[in-house]
Amino acid sequence: MAKRIVKVYPRFERLWHWTQMVMIMVLLFTGFGLNGMHSLLPFGPAVMLHTIAALILLAVWIFATFWLFTTGTWRQFVPHLEGLFKMARFYAYGVFKGEEPPYRKIFWRKHNPLQALTYFGLKMVVFPAIWGSGLLYLTYNFWAAEEGSTFALYVIANVHLLAAYVIAAFVITHVYLLTVGHGFREHVRPMVTGYDCIELTPEQEAYLETNEPGRLMPDKG
Amino acid sequence: MRRYLAVPFVLILCAGVAGFALAEGQSASPTPPPEPPAIPTNATVDHSKLEVLQKKFATGPEVTQACLSCHNAADDQLMHAIHFTWDYQSDSGQNLGKSKVINAFCGNVAGNEARCTSCHAGYGWDDMSVTPAEAGVAPDCLVCHDRSGQYTKTATGAGHPPLDPVKPGTKTITGSLAWPVDLTKAAQSVGMPGRDNCGNCHFYGGGGDNVKHGDLSSVLYAPPKEVDVHMAPDGLNFTCSTCHVEDKHNWAGSRYDTVAKDMIGTGKPGAVRTAATCESCHDSDPHPLNIKGVKLNDHTDKVACQSCHIPEFARGGVATKTYWDWSTAGRLDAAGKPMHESNFIQSDGQALHTYLSTKGDFDWGEDVVPHYAWFNGHVEYATDEVIDPATMVEVNRINGEPGGIDSRIWPFKRMEGRQSYDTGSNKLAYSHVWGPTTDTAFWTNFDWSKAIEAGMKAAGQEYSGNFDFVDTQMYWPITHMVAPATDAVDCAACHAENGRLDGIAAVYMPGTNPRSPIGLLGMALVALTILGVGLHIILRIVGGRKGGTDHG
Repeated sequence: MAKRIVKVYPRFERLWHWTQMVMIMVLLFTGFGLNGMHSLLPFGPAVMLHTIAALILLAVWIFATFWLFTTGTWRQFVPHLEGLFKMARFYAYGVFKGEEPPYRKIFWRKHNPLQALTYFGLKMVVFPAIWGSGLLYLTYNFWAAEEGSTFALYVIANVHLLAAYVIAAFVITHVYLLTVGHGFREHVRPMVTGYDCIELTPEQEAYLETNEPGRLMPDKG
Repeated sequence: MRRYLAVPFVLILCAGVAGFALAEGQSASPTPPPEPPAIPTNATVDHSKLEVLQKKFATGPEVTQACLSCHNAADDQLMHAIHFTWDYQSDSGQNLGKSKVINAFCGNVAGNEARCTSCHAGYGWDDMSVTPAEAGVAPDCLVCHDRSGQYTKTATGAGHPPLDPVKPGTKTITGSLAWPVDLTKAAQSVGMPGRDNCGNCHFYGGGGDNVKHGDLSSVLYAPPKEVDVHMAPDGLNFTCSTCHVEDKHNWAGSRYDTVAKDMIGTGKPGAVRTAATCESCHDSDPHPLNIKGVKLNDHTDKVACQSCHIPEFARGGVATKTYWDWSTAGRLDAAGKPMHESNFIQSDGQALHTYLSTKGDFDWGEDVVPHYAWFNGHVEYATDEVIDPATMVEVNRINGEPGGIDSRIWPFKRMEGRQSYDTGSNKLAYSHVWGPTTDTAFWTNFDWSKAIEAGMKAAGQEYSGNFDFVDTQMYWPITHMVAPATDAVDCAACHAENGRLDGIAAVYMPGTNPRSPIGLLGMALVALTILGVGLHIILRIVGGRKGGTDHG
């Protein structure tokens, strides 16, 4: 097993991540304003900004979904039970004792088991809830029936709101956990440069050197 | 020789001075308003050249006779229309109309006829107990069709115009000193109604400029665009009947049965407009198909156009009466004379009455934010119903179910006041207020017992002989004075806590309640997350470790 600097986040994935980050921040800011939490933006412009940001994010998500499935990257996000408990124990106990994180990135598995489970939950439950309810909210006029549309809107709006709060909680946890383990800068850097130091099996190393040399940084030796 | 020359000179001088003085005197006499701006027409008849109109008319009905010599079905049409019958069979089953209902202003027509019927579209209806047709009342064509601008009716003449010689002190229906109307000039000028024709009555309902409706004032004769984007002379220059389309002298746009939600909209291409609704021109999704317009169109199924596009009523400098307490009327000054107080200063500086011995206490409002309520267009009156005097009485009830498919949220002027009721029957009382020659009219005798007894008698109602006053409210749908789109009500006026639509049921309005149950749940989730992170940080600090090792 050799540690090599490998491009783990291709350009598209980084673009996806950071666009998503900006749009989610815009959506949270405008959305909570529309919900009445603050009035830092006038309501009308806030609605338009919210809608535009949502449409951009949806477009990015459509591309990302396509990319995940065509490249097989989707497997990265399938949760496993293996190592889950160890990771949970680390965050809840080991980290206070200065223990090493029990998980190492490996080439075909960028996320620790807890991360994978969280992202899976986000992608399968929370994100569909927010964009599903958001699209229904946005297209009210296309489906609103004479009767019952107010109640439907009430349900839709509350699903949207709850999902937004879950995402807000995720963002807080996500940013905080970057400070845990290998450290904040170490955690953020790969998502900026694309490269991270991971352990490769000789087979993987040989494969990459032969077939995808661009993904490997020359071995420092 | 010189002296002989001086005499005629002096005489000429005297004549000149006298002439000047005479001219001064004439200019002080009441003058009619100038001719209103011509309405573009493609009519094929020039009425000024018709032989039948080349004569001196002695009375209004004579003019009507001349009109009918050609328009021989016009009287039949008009005499079946509400402007003449003052009678309306409501969809709710009630028999309404001016001749029947009690309102929150001057109360009732019965017993006060010649004053109230001054604005009747006929000549001489002075008894509500018979229909105008039964009374042989001739329709008044000129009040709607005169385009000379100098036709008017006297304030107390049961619909007749002031004719030469006009009794000094006579007033017109708009409250001006009356001038003698030239009937020939009026008859030869006729055309389709202008804003002045409708406005001379409808702008002055309730006894003065904008007193009643709140959204119909003399400002609308020639409003600036900011007051009425449709009627501004430098804009679209609409007349009333541009929206209030007509069929056989019946006009679209009833206050008793309003089209609160127009499901037809503009209708099929080329379809004739039959409603006075906004949607009949603008359709039910009127906002442009852009990111803003699409969202605004989401509102149109629940919110009436007027709710956003008439941000306030009584705009343009003429206030509306918002409160009228009849119970304080009758207070006289130290000398035992009727008195008045004028404590409301309108934006143009004019002081408006806030107390009159004849009418009681008033309050006024300018640029008034409407009251909003669900409305399906149907209105029911408390007239002749048993009321509960312990509670506030709604003189007219606006129907409509929150969220109902036929209802939308409409703006209203909410008139408040106190008015009399019969404590025996617990019904609103009719009162005889106007009658300069009777010894029972309130405005001349200041005696409520007599006035109510006479009013009840005139209306053909039983009366217990006892009365009291009750708090009342009356609702007037607001639909005129549409502002330019840029002045529409701001989103945040409603989408905020305690916004304009606070308390309106059956709509979901984001921004009105961030602390809803789900909102609180979400806040708790975020708070717990922050708490957890905080605790984690503390434990890491207490543990003395940074947490893991930095491999950098």
